[in-house]
Amino acid sequence: MPSTTQTSPPLAMRLNEIQGPPSGVPAAGGHGGDDAHFGAPESPLGQLSPEQLDALGRELDAIHDEVFSDLGDRDSRYIRSTIKLHRQLVLAARALLLGSRSDALWLAGTTSLSVAKILENMEIGHNVMHGQWDWMNDPDINSQSWDWDTASPADAWRHSHNYEHHTFTNIRGKDRDLGYEIMRIDPQQRWHPVYLAQPLYNLLLMGLFEWGVALHDLNFDAIRSGEKSKRQVRDELRAIGVKARRQIVKDYLAFPLLAAALSGPSSARRTFRSTLAANFTANIVRNVWAYSIIFCGHFPDQTYTFSEEEAANETRGGWYVRQLLGSANIEGGSLFHLLAGNLSFQIEHHLFPDMPSSRYAEIAPRVRDICRRYELPYNTGPLRRQLGTVQRTILRLAFPGGRQRPKPGPYSPERA
Amino acid sequence: MAERGAAPQISPRRLRALRLVRSFTSPLLPDDYLELVNPLWSTRELRGRIERIERACDDAVTISIKPSWEWPGHTPGQYVRLGIEVDGVHHWRAYSLTSDPGRPDGWISLTPKLVADGKVSPFLFRGVRPGTIVRLGGVEGTFVLPSPMPERLLFVSAGSGITPIMSMLRSIAGGRTAPDVVHVHSARTAGGVIFARELHELGERQPGYRLHQRITSTHGRVSPDQLERLCPDWTEREAFVCGPAGLLDSFGERWRRDGDPTRLHIERFAPTERVGDGQRGQGGEIHLCSSDVRASSDGEQPILVAGEQAGAELPYGCRMGICHTCVGRLRSGQVRDLRTGRVHGQPGEMLRTCVNAPEGAIEIDL
Repeated sequence: MPSTTQTSPPLAMRLNEIQGPPSGVPAAGGHGGDDAHFGAPESPLGQLSPEQLDALGRELDAIHDEVFSDLGDRDSRYIRSTIKLHRQLVLAARALLLGSRSDALWLAGTTSLSVAKILENMEIGHNVMHGQWDWMNDPDINSQSWDWDTASPADAWRHSHNYEHHTFTNIRGKDRDLGYEIMRIDPQQRWHPVYLAQPLYNLLLMGLFEWGVALHDLNFDAIRSGEKSKRQVRDELRAIGVKARRQIVKDYLAFPLLAAALSGPSSARRTFRSTLAANFTANIVRNVWAYSIIFCGHFPDQTYTFSEEEAANETRGGWYVRQLLGSANIEGGSLFHLLAGNLSFQIEHHLFPDMPSSRYAEIAPRVRDICRRYELPYNTGPLRRQLGTVQRTILRLAFPGGRQRPKPGPYSPERA
Repeated sequence: MAERGAAPQISPRRLRALRLVRSFTSPLLPDDYLELVNPLWSTRELRGRIERIERACDDAVTISIKPSWEWPGHTPGQYVRLGIEVDGVHHWRAYSLTSDPGRPDGWISLTPKLVADGKVSPFLFRGVRPGTIVRLGGVEGTFVLPSPMPERLLFVSAGSGITPIMSMLRSIAGGRTAPDVVHVHSARTAGGVIFARELHELGERQPGYRLHQRITSTHGRVSPDQLERLCPDWTEREAFVCGPAGLLDSFGERWRRDGDPTRLHIERFAPTERVGDGQRGQGGEIHLCSSDVRASSDGEQPILVAGEQAGAELPYGCRMGICHTCVGRLRSGQVRDLRTGRVHGQPGEMLRTCVNAPEGAIEIDL
């Protein structure tokens, strides 16, 4: 297992990393053996004066406050109807799949179950567990009580995601979501021969994403370094075991058995298998979808990463800019955004992780306008392009070297 | 974690059946699907459906609620916590139960008075419609009729202070004994007398019930000095006083001076500035183990407030010792209940942080 944490580069190199070449110009790599600083582009973070950072922070704070003072019935109706839709889809899917011997019912049931699982994981589970709906003070739609239809236990995920990832977003060596401890997705991560296999385990992760997330929450680095006690590791493994057992029993035992029992003795065995296959397919479809959306959040190759020094003594404005620069959006229609859990507004989500997801589309034009006025990039594109750049990065950086992709430079409509 | 309704009484057979179905619904509960059909079928908490809303006077309404499961019962004079969504946000309020516990239809009723700048009562007054689903929290309160029923009673109420007393009067009217009751009730205006007609009818019909009604905007407030005239034998009666703080304080003083304070029962609606009347303790250091925050209390600050001031994010609900949302497991040390002054604490005990202050150093799992 390679370590993605880096040793601190010498001061001269760190300065290079901060000052870098002028924006818009691809950085020339080739400083030699240490690729921890390889071709670091100048981060727009350094171009803003402290006064500008403060002003930008105030503008974004104002958007946050404005939305939060406006939350009410409309938002409550939205999340309740989304939750209701999910449950209706599940009921429909499970009913259709009782007849899963028929190809048509199999397809309809599997589609419906896949969509239900996607809706539950992305728009409901992820966002409820972020606390986006805690303002409603409803015990049933609450970050502390929610559990989602995936392998990862809610508590462990909340810690690794809400706290670690959202606090240390894209800080190399601190944000464990940067390559998920197993991938090199930024040329500034030091290469190791293990990365040669990353195109392979990239594919595995795509299919088994929910299990990858569950294991990732364990934080192998902390286990290795002894930061996590044996007892804590054992408790967390047990929690994963309990959750996994329930998920497996439901999808691969209970429902196939029920369908088999209702289908009569002659076709019981076939029905068991077709129902199991349907549930397995739905889980894989959900995994591939979640992987695709989530990998596009920070890994398209024009997002910036940061050294710990850059993020030290960060002001509120500086924090906002780091979130802005480290995240990427995906363009699409409203159905796409719903199924993406509005993580297609990753930039807005990272600026305001506790804001109800249904509001991201409304504030996006204002965030984009701020980016234009402060000459900051606003990384967005259609799914195939964003996902394409992610895959290109994963393939290229499996091998030593690699350089920063050209950054889009200061965002402004005139230059775009 | 947000506050939930009370745990309903469900038959063990039904619970076993639901547990069996859980393998099919995990991580959701069978309830989550049953609620699609009828939100009252939830076994997770007691809920209710608002069936009727009637004006009780110019500025109060009586809300009749059908509980989702069999009503666990209450003693006349007690209150229930009501959870209701207003503009997307769930709010909890404590309201006196005005219904007789033995109501044949199993419904309960509450009679909130309009608080013009409030959040919930204006909604109950104008916005709520029959069919609205509410949450019902625990039944609480020690302002209740003693058992056995005393032979002679005195009720002193003002404004919405009539609500817990109404439940007592209804229960007396429906009971077998007919105690001798003197009732001194005041309201600011004639149109503001909650249950005016029912009180009047009781006065005509109920043997042993005498009502002195006072409209304070024209006749001035009732003062404790007038007790001799209104109820000469007041010191020999079991007395129940409910109303604004000024009324409670002045009548309480009179009983302490000239009567038997053990026979006086009072009900405060608004929480007092300080959490309780209990004796003040020495305070101490608080270690919130899960959040790894250290705080300290001067003996008057509850654990919750001290923890919040030290920067911890702690769960809370009513902040007055009712809802149990704020509980945390005590690891070590002793605490003082700020309402009673009682010092207690066993390792492993679940504590309400909103009404307990440390008595020396404590450790709590929060």
